[in-house]
Amino acid sequence: MRTTRLVVPAAAGVLAVAGLAGCGGGDDSGAKAGGPIAVKATDSACEVDSTEIEAGQVTFKVTNSGSKVNEFYVYAAGDRVMGEVENIAPGLSRELRVELPAGTYETACKPGMSGRGIRGALKVSGTVATVAPDAALSQATASYQRYVQSQTAALLTKTEEFVAAVKANDVAKAKDLYPVARTYWERIEPVAESFGDLDPKIDGREEVVEEGMQFTGFHRIEKDLWTTGDVSKDGAIADQLLVDVKAIVAKANAEKLTPLQLANGAKALLDEVASGKITGEEERYSHTDLWDFNANLEGSKAAIAALRPALEQRSPDLVKQLDSEFAAVETALGKHRAGDGWKLHTQLSKAELKELSDSINALAEPISKVAAVVAR
Amino acid sequence: MSEPSTDEPTRGTGVSRRRAITLAGAGVAGVAGVAVGAGALFGGGDQASATETAAGAVPFHGEHQAGIVTPAQDRLHFVAFDVVTKDRARLVALLQEWTAAAARMTAGKDAGLIGAVDGMPEAPPDDTGEALGLPPSQLTITVGFGPTLFRDAQGRDRFGIAAKRPAALADLPHFAGDALKPELSGGDICVQACANDPQVAVHAIRNLARIGMGVVSVRWSQLGFGRTSSTSRGQATPRNLFGFKDGTANLKAEETDLLREQLWAQPGDGADWMTGGSYVVTRKIRMLVETWDRSPLAEQEMIVGRTKGSGAPLGKRAEFDEPDFAAKGDDGEPVIAETAHVRLAHPDQNDGARLLRRGYNFVDGSDGLGRLDAGLFFIAYQRDPRKQFVPIQTRLARNDAMNEYLRHVSSGLFACPPGVRDAADWWGRALFS
Repeated sequence: MRTTRLVVPAAAGVLAVAGLAGCGGGDDSGAKAGGPIAVKATDSACEVDSTEIEAGQVTFKVTNSGSKVNEFYVYAAGDRVMGEVENIAPGLSRELRVELPAGTYETACKPGMSGRGIRGALKVSGTVATVAPDAALSQATASYQRYVQSQTAALLTKTEEFVAAVKANDVAKAKDLYPVARTYWERIEPVAESFGDLDPKIDGREEVVEEGMQFTGFHRIEKDLWTTGDVSKDGAIADQLLVDVKAIVAKANAEKLTPLQLANGAKALLDEVASGKITGEEERYSHTDLWDFNANLEGSKAAIAALRPALEQRSPDLVKQLDSEFAAVETALGKHRAGDGWKLHTQLSKAELKELSDSINALAEPISKVAAVVAR
Repeated sequence: MSEPSTDEPTRGTGVSRRRAITLAGAGVAGVAGVAVGAGALFGGGDQASATETAAGAVPFHGEHQAGIVTPAQDRLHFVAFDVVTKDRARLVALLQEWTAAAARMTAGKDAGLIGAVDGMPEAPPDDTGEALGLPPSQLTITVGFGPTLFRDAQGRDRFGIAAKRPAALADLPHFAGDALKPELSGGDICVQACANDPQVAVHAIRNLARIGMGVVSVRWSQLGFGRTSSTSRGQATPRNLFGFKDGTANLKAEETDLLREQLWAQPGDGADWMTGGSYVVTRKIRMLVETWDRSPLAEQEMIVGRTKGSGAPLGKRAEFDEPDFAAKGDDGEPVIAETAHVRLAHPDQNDGARLLRRGYNFVDGSDGLGRLDAGLFFIAYQRDPRKQFVPIQTRLARNDAMNEYLRHVSSGLFACPPGVRDAADWWGRALFS
């Protein structure tokens, strides 16, 4: 549901830094060309050949010898994505090239493409100059842009699968895919919502439909799947959903975001949780609100992670507090996992929902201060 | 949130709501300048000064917390918080931050140092802004600590203060007829905000709740209007929603000796950090006003034990005449019935136990059956609830004829520490130091 727009038109003063994005990796001196580091990924293991390496351009070759589709990530502190490769089908190998300054990182394989993944430590040593504050901000936007690209790619793939299931009248499969496809939407929701007309078509709930407009998109199909279980007449709606998602993916990838927009987006995602997910009104038929909750949280964390190097220079105390509050929400939410997914909203007691609400408020307060730190 | 003093922007410090008034050009200079001392408030005075004191500031610092013997204001916003952090340092930091915010707000200033409108455009303001342009309105903010702050339901010493729990902060017993809702009862910390303008009281609680996010969580809260008792002789006795004068026999601010005996915790009472403090009991009492309104006048008066018009005890002429509990009527029955509220609640019937009541009427809309969801939010301060509220309420719960028209739905008990002495002091310092 649309609440806060990520785009803040008045904040022209900080737009300039976005233009620097992409200039960061120009220094070749630290890049030591070595052979690719082999990563052996299975359904239960993630073996990285070298875990102590030299700073610079690094290449990982990830081979999936398991039975599930896998992903591979390199994270900096706060789960900031330094690089990732997704959709590695069983039996295939994919390469990831990533620029890594000296520091400590984590590698992660995600068999089944969900959860925190199988983590390992990665130590990178060598001399790489400290990033200047403004450069850190411009890198933030580049880093978040990569995140948006990865999420929109998965959104498209999963929406295609969902649409195919609906059109094949495979209700069970469509129900399984519904919260998964929406995960990628919910992670970048404030970006998507900045494109006014498309958002209500894709994600509008029944009550937002205006005179002369049709109730379409995810929630229309959700209603049919969970109330009548009959989607035999939803072919056109499913087709339209895919058309709309393709359009928004193209727009989202073309959009250049400012650091201030990242800060406000991180807050807006938590506001989504606090206003619509905690009450169960977003997924009123499927009750899969906790999937959205987690995805909003992850999306918020990704935006903050992108800003992290700049925030550490400007307000280390705030970073510390955000880390501990993010961890607290994850702990509170983690109690409600069910298999690869989440319990239904209706399975939680009022006291459990209050605990989640408190933890979101505790996180949203410090996050509301990030914009000012970025802007000054 | 107790962040981050080091990062706080420095520009535009301390715009007060009062300055905002001036900027708005409102002609209230005479009101704005008033910051009367407690002595002046008790004077009674003429009409003009009464208006000024109603809008002025009540001193925040002092031996006792304001909001206890302060002449009862017209409006209440009361809130009970649960502490959600396990980190003692964060709780302490919040109490310090709250104290500073309360000192500012009761003086008619913004909750934060920067204010509602002077901060960076990109940052949320450190005051929510709805009290801009309003005078202090005699706002008082009073804090108390519940039994569960010391030990949780599992018996754990949550913040290393269990040994400091006063014996007088003993859990209240179950009273006959109690229909308490747990989600409306108890709490680790309470904050009572009273003011003569509801917007000012709500502003205070809203900002404290905002500042407290991550450390505390609102458990329940209550709005009240129409004070139902007088805490000073300068005030007329008000009426509750049954239409009767309420709190005629209340402890009054002027009764210094009685206050020492009945209201303020004394040295030697068993918890040194509470000396100069007081214990507050809150009860949300739903009144079944529709059925009450269908009762004959004589029955209403018999239930209360006073006349509805003047408030005089039955058989007497004036409100403050002493009730005669021994008097019998022509029929040989007591003039004031054995089950009359005034008899059961009277100090003479309770070993001299008195309470300082400063409750408020409430109407939370209607209940879906067309009945007003209305009643009394009872607030009573005292030196030791085990000797005061508990025996009185035990008698009332068993015998009071009024019970037919009442439902106790919420209950709370809190230890309110002594006053904040100066700018370096803070709520609970002696408890947490």
